[in-house]
Amino acid sequence: MAQRTFKIWRGDSEGGEFVDYTVEVGPGMVVLDAIHRIQAEHSSELACRWNCKAGKCGSCSMEINGKPRLSCMTRLNSLPEGTVTIQPLKAFPLVKDLVTDVSWNFEQNKRIAPLKPKARDADGNHRMMQEDVDRVQEFRKCIECFLCQDVCHVLRDHKKHEKFVGPRFMVRLAQLEMHPLDTDDRIEKIRKEFGSGWCNITRCCTEVCPEHIGITDNAIIPLKERVVDRYYDPVAWFIRKVLGRK
Amino acid sequence: MAAADISELQTIEHDVLVIGAGGAGLRAAIECAAQGVSTGLVCKSLLGKAHTVMAEGGMAAAMGNVDPRDNWKVHFRDTMRGGKFLNNWRMAELHAKEAPERVRELEEWGAVFDRTKQGLISQRNFGGHRYPRLAHVGDRTGLELIRTLQDHGVHQGIAVHMECTVLDLLKDGDRVVGALAYWRDTGRFVLFKAKAVVLATGGAGKAWRVTSNSWEYSGDGLAMAYLAGAELMDLEFTQFHPTGMVWPPSVRGTLVTEGVRGDGGILKNKDGKRFMFDYIPERFAAETADTEEEANRWLKGDKAARRPPELLTRDVVARAINSEVKAGRGSEHGGVYLDIASRVPAEIIRKKLPSMYHQFKELAEVDITAQPMEVGPTLHYFMGGIRVDADSQMTTVPGLFAAGECAAGLHGANRLGGNSLSDLIVFGKRAGAGACEYAAKAGQGVIDEAQVHASMRRATDFLNRESGINPFVVQEKLQGMMSHNVGIIRTKAELETAIEKLKELEAEAATAKAHATSQYNAGWHTALDLRNLLLSSEAVTRAALTREESRGAHTRDDFPGERDEWVKYNIIIKRGAGGEMVVEKRQRPAGPTPLVEIANSKIEDLESGKVAADYK
Repeated sequence: MAQRTFKIWRGDSEGGEFVDYTVEVGPGMVVLDAIHRIQAEHSSELACRWNCKAGKCGSCSMEINGKPRLSCMTRLNSLPEGTVTIQPLKAFPLVKDLVTDVSWNFEQNKRIAPLKPKARDADGNHRMMQEDVDRVQEFRKCIECFLCQDVCHVLRDHKKHEKFVGPRFMVRLAQLEMHPLDTDDRIEKIRKEFGSGWCNITRCCTEVCPEHIGITDNAIIPLKERVVDRYYDPVAWFIRKVLGRK
Repeated sequence: MAAADISELQTIEHDVLVIGAGGAGLRAAIECAAQGVSTGLVCKSLLGKAHTVMAEGGMAAAMGNVDPRDNWKVHFRDTMRGGKFLNNWRMAELHAKEAPERVRELEEWGAVFDRTKQGLISQRNFGGHRYPRLAHVGDRTGLELIRTLQDHGVHQGIAVHMECTVLDLLKDGDRVVGALAYWRDTGRFVLFKAKAVVLATGGAGKAWRVTSNSWEYSGDGLAMAYLAGAELMDLEFTQFHPTGMVWPPSVRGTLVTEGVRGDGGILKNKDGKRFMFDYIPERFAAETADTEEEANRWLKGDKAARRPPELLTRDVVARAINSEVKAGRGSEHGGVYLDIASRVPAEIIRKKLPSMYHQFKELAEVDITAQPMEVGPTLHYFMGGIRVDADSQMTTVPGLFAAGECAAGLHGANRLGGNSLSDLIVFGKRAGAGACEYAAKAGQGVIDEAQVHASMRRATDFLNRESGINPFVVQEKLQGMMSHNVGIIRTKAELETAIEKLKELEAEAATAKAHATSQYNAGWHTALDLRNLLLSSEAVTRAALTREESRGAHTRDDFPGERDEWVKYNIIIKRGAGGEMVVEKRQRPAGPTPLVEIANSKIEDLESGKVAADYK
């Protein structure tokens, strides 16, 4: 078996440093396997969040060689030769080592009103055509790994957590807004409370999404368009002003 | 924390405390909140990450959207036959009757299932289900379920306690009145007081080396309930899912959905032979295709054709794969081949099985639209668990309820795929209702300081001792030992060896040392989980040793075949007065006549109304 060195951030909110660990690596190993080996052999208190180890739960997000990724889906042989650098997500406060406090995201989700479905058909069923739910299903693939939140400049660099819910929750809003059964009017909140205008469409979120959701093109841009139609379309503006409709 | 006055501990009070936030725990908490009681939901991980997200194929509910011949009686009959008639009759009945409404309710809360051409919820074929019955979303149905419950639940006023691990249940006399837990991020203790507690903690799959379960599945609920005096039941039935990944080593055990076979995938050995035709049990022979030609007609939708043998129940398929590998006909890395590439067009595979496509592409560098997968059995699910009342889900301890995988009864000796997600929502809701009803009559109990101190001391001892064994080493030994001695095929000698080894490991685990502080410390968490893993493993092993027959997921090489005598008994495990594990072979009550008739009927007689037509 070959050996490989991992440079891992160790520390907490008070500060910390990178520490090198060298472990044996085998065929097919992913970054999370290496972390587990380091825990078992070198540093059992190393903090790392993980669960399913199959890319389905979105727990093990971290920055690997500077890129936000799921460590359970990052094969060592896909990384360039040499030392692998592993850091916690940057957009959220550090708890310890590779674990950050992502609770802000859960707070955002609570702010979003749930589905308000129309009445069922007389036989007790809802009817929706597959082609009408395809785009909603794309959004529902989200595993809440928050990699998109981590890489979003508005959150990561400008710290506008108060103004913008971030790509993850734009996806959630798009999913509700485009849901064939939903009767709620969400456009005003999407603009005013959730900050759709803050996104400047750099598509970094789309790039890191492990579920390959078209976050920018399929979710955020259509929401921005709906906001524009509502607020900046002169005909709609006139109707709103004169007839007092929203 | 020193053993000081417990009034200094952080204390949180609820009417109902739900421990575990997968499908069952979330559904229980939602029910409690709907009934207006103060509800706390404790998650070992972040909300929405529990193992429910790993469920792929779907949730079984006889809605009849794809084949109108389906109804609750056929679902009930399939469940009983799949469970080898050891299921709790009442639970199997309630489950089959209530699942459709629970699924529709999910849609009301935002779930977006795949659709039929008429726009209804689509349903897919699965092993052991006579008709297409699994409501699904591609191969990520579990994610859809947990996210739907999560997004609905956060608006119901439930207090969600994330990354919080419960150490022990606390009792006031006979009653459970709270729990001691710790916060993962700080390692600080927290005391929960509650009038009723619901356990929804899943199984203990992490005791095996090859498993589809994550680190969380350490049998916490099983062990805590056992230590609190509750009875455990049917633990000898541990399901090995037939198709886990086998290569590369780091993903060995990761689940490959049964949906691959439901959508047309077939199993082949290294000689290219479709071997499942050689393993059709007598009970299912009348309803299973015996030629490839007939199986292919079924796949094309011929309703007169019988089902392909790849869709036999999981116990049968797992044993068949095991036999092929042992006979030297396995694949390169010790599994068999699962081939969908030669059966279904590439674009359909990517559409219907997207996460399988990505999983193999990214983790194994295999393109499943062009190559076969290598698969083999992986420890997946506990049919057994905490014994509960069918209607209320109350355990044998007052104030303590259990639902989902950690509860026993619904699945008998073998669970059908798709019956787990429906189990979670049917019995999660019932457990919530049961706990509310109990809480309405009970006040808050008195917390016994001595129990709290004992629990804290056990936890801090791992950190405070000077030296000791590495907890990861003990866990790894346990996993190797259980995989070797308590696997798919069992013998008396191996099970007895396992009992001896468990005693040795228990002694080692008690002296484990966790380094550094209690803040987010993986070594400490592993040390704490060991007790629960070991108790669960011992219960499984003792139950397996007691059941001298082969039934469902429990196969004894020294006692082959089902023995009629044994269907009359459950194996019950509880804690004896001296702290020893007591095993009891307990007679089961007879099933109600109409249910027995339905379960034993010929399908033609059931569908023509010859059997139990008046029973609704």
